[in-house]
Amino acid sequence: MSEVEGTPEGPKIGADEWVARSEERTGRRGGPFAPLVARAEQLPWWVLLVAAVGVSALLPFVSSSEYVIRVAVNTVLFALLALGLNVVVGWAGLLDLGFVAFYGFGAYLYALLSSSQFDLHFPALLSVSIVIVSSALLGLLLGLPSRRLVGDYLAIVTLFFAQIYVVLATNADRITFPWNDGPTDISGGPNGITDIDPISILGYEFGSIRSYLWLSLGVFAVVVVALQFINHSRTGRAWRALREDSLAAEMMSMPVNRLKLLAFVFGAATAGLTGTIFASVQLGVFPQNFDLPLLITVYAMVILGGAGSIPGVVIGAITINVSLELLREPSNARFLFYVAIGLGLVTLVRPWRRLAAILVGLVVFGIVAYQLTEWLRPAWVSGTIEGGRFASVLDGWVIHPVNSVHLGNAGFVLLIVALLALTEVRGIWRSILLVPTLYLAAFVWENRLVVEPSVTRILLLGALLVVLMSWRPQGLLGSSRVEIV
Amino acid sequence: MDWDFFVQQLVNGLTLGSVYALIALGYTMVYGILKLLNFAHGEVYMMGAFAGFGVLSLFGGAAGVTINVVLLIGLMLAVAMLGAGLLGVAIERFAYRPLRNAPRIAPLISALGVSFFLQSSALILFGADFRSYETYEYIDLATGIHWGPLNISVVRIAVILTAVAMMLGLTLLVARTRLGKAMRATSFDREAAAMQGIDVDRVIVATFFIGSALAGAAGVMVGLVFYKVYHLMGFLAGLKGFTAAVVGGIGSIPGAMLGGLLIGLSEAFITGYVSSTFQDVFVFSILIALLLVRPSGLLGKADIQKV
Repeated sequence: MSEVEGTPEGPKIGADEWVARSEERTGRRGGPFAPLVARAEQLPWWVLLVAAVGVSALLPFVSSSEYVIRVAVNTVLFALLALGLNVVVGWAGLLDLGFVAFYGFGAYLYALLSSSQFDLHFPALLSVSIVIVSSALLGLLLGLPSRRLVGDYLAIVTLFFAQIYVVLATNADRITFPWNDGPTDISGGPNGITDIDPISILGYEFGSIRSYLWLSLGVFAVVVVALQFINHSRTGRAWRALREDSLAAEMMSMPVNRLKLLAFVFGAATAGLTGTIFASVQLGVFPQNFDLPLLITVYAMVILGGAGSIPGVVIGAITINVSLELLREPSNARFLFYVAIGLGLVTLVRPWRRLAAILVGLVVFGIVAYQLTEWLRPAWVSGTIEGGRFASVLDGWVIHPVNSVHLGNAGFVLLIVALLALTEVRGIWRSILLVPTLYLAAFVWENRLVVEPSVTRILLLGALLVVLMSWRPQGLLGSSRVEIV
Repeated sequence: MDWDFFVQQLVNGLTLGSVYALIALGYTMVYGILKLLNFAHGEVYMMGAFAGFGVLSLFGGAAGVTINVVLLIGLMLAVAMLGAGLLGVAIERFAYRPLRNAPRIAPLISALGVSFFLQSSALILFGADFRSYETYEYIDLATGIHWGPLNISVVRIAVILTAVAMMLGLTLLVARTRLGKAMRATSFDREAAAMQGIDVDRVIVATFFIGSALAGAAGVMVGLVFYKVYHLMGFLAGLKGFTAAVVGGIGSIPGAMLGGLLIGLSEAFITGYVSSTFQDVFVFSILIALLLVRPSGLLGKADIQKV
């Protein structure tokens, strides 16, 4: 007995070589952020949280611009949403496409309880508690029929739910009740509900945008702490087991259905809570606030940052919301586009000689193409690129037709084909094809995408999801999964 | 009882139903083989409708059609089916194939991305305005069957007959040809089929092509009957097509046809008799109720999971 325990090379129960070396397999992290991430991971989580919240809370003292602070509040709200979705998607592995409906439900319920719509002016703390409890109950209700469904059914049922929610919010302004004469206006219809009470706690009224920043940061800190504890609890571990293999989890006598419902409830409650802050910051709620574009935005945040990792989804939320904010204005959008292309080239093209060749080739290609077009079809280059820091640099390089729509559209289709072809060719041909593709991308960007920012953002988010899923499904900070056969 | 109105809704329901059935077939075929829910399918249908519109504009537009109308509609269908089929194959190749051995949730998220990508691409390419097929400009809608309360325009007859013909063709293809046999084998057990020498990749590509081509045809048919095409049309139609596939029993081809008809008929009657604003809510309730009572659908077989 003692001999076995004493020998250092004796097998430990439950830890074979495969398990012992699992750190090696998952620990190697690639990508440009690897050293930074490794450094940050050694700190305890609460240090990171305090640092992040503390630095963000100082923002109003650095910038007095109301716009900047408003963007910061939005970012915190998105981070909260991403955290809520992370519970359902990242931890429990359930594809919940009705997530934003809970957000909308929370916002609308708060608006109904604390506005002049029904002349109910409940105190904020009471309304918020009611909202959290009823969002959780709604999540339970939606989860009940969905729990026996495997991933795909669940996805479509929840997507339908989200759609129904928007239909109801848009049309519930003329509901006829049998006990009432004439239609009753519940949701305000397409005009939404305005004139919502600001949140006030113990007599302190949150009026200014900077006070909302502090409020949302406080809520964020509380949610992160709560989620951190849940993640390391029995329930958190059970969720992850469920995500990896729900059948095996059931065999281990885990209450699979109850765990799924619990994940739903947590996600819904977080979304509802975030909705109340949103409603009170914006002082109004409208049905189109909670439509599908929001859904894909939150999904992109969770997937980009790394589903399952709390710092990951927060960083994803910050990255995506700030990028989308930059996209609104052409000169910023242009800056973002060329920086992203440059970063992508630097990280992906390996020997620097090839990188230099591609860059030189790109510049030469552009100049030649421009001169050639000017000679053949002068009308195509007669348009000018307007506004921003780079406009003068790009004039003379990017072809900009006066009637940019049709040529830009043709270029767009061609660009998609070229990008797909790029994934198929190998070796030197890839570098050669890369030059015209990049030029085409610049052409399409300047002529079509930069002028329609609201479409471009959804387009890019969709592309981002597809690319991430096949290239780096674990996102920036998630750890890669080891497939067990 | 107002018979005229009732018959009108019945015809509406049959037309809608045959369109939903065509969409549902694409879902059900892909699901049967890959166990993958192809969210982007509704967007393929939308692109098909736009392809048909493109052909119409190429030949003079609705007001001044320059060629024979039957030939025109044949061309619209052919181009839409070919275009949609190729689009479906491209989606499979670039968005789904790299993820074939990934965790279950990965291809679903990728499909979500494709769906939004196609939707906003359509918005960039075609703009946010409604386009209209304006069928009444080149087909006299007064011709058709008029028999008591029964009034069916020639367009609707053609649409319903074409849809039925396509479904028959698909049934024959699956039941009688080598490709159909390979599809059934792959759907039954992909690995075993590969071991028997079936080129599984080719079968999957063929499945995507056929399913997407049917969706493209459905897009043109909707344009011909209901005129309007726009970039968001694929979303709800895709959801209802999927509902039809689930109602019929996902993976079952006759089930998809039955489910499509049921969903189309119930939508038409609910719109006519109950509420025209909330018909989607009712369709959704049908789905939920059915999933609770009979999760494997009307014609589907109960799925026994093997480990």
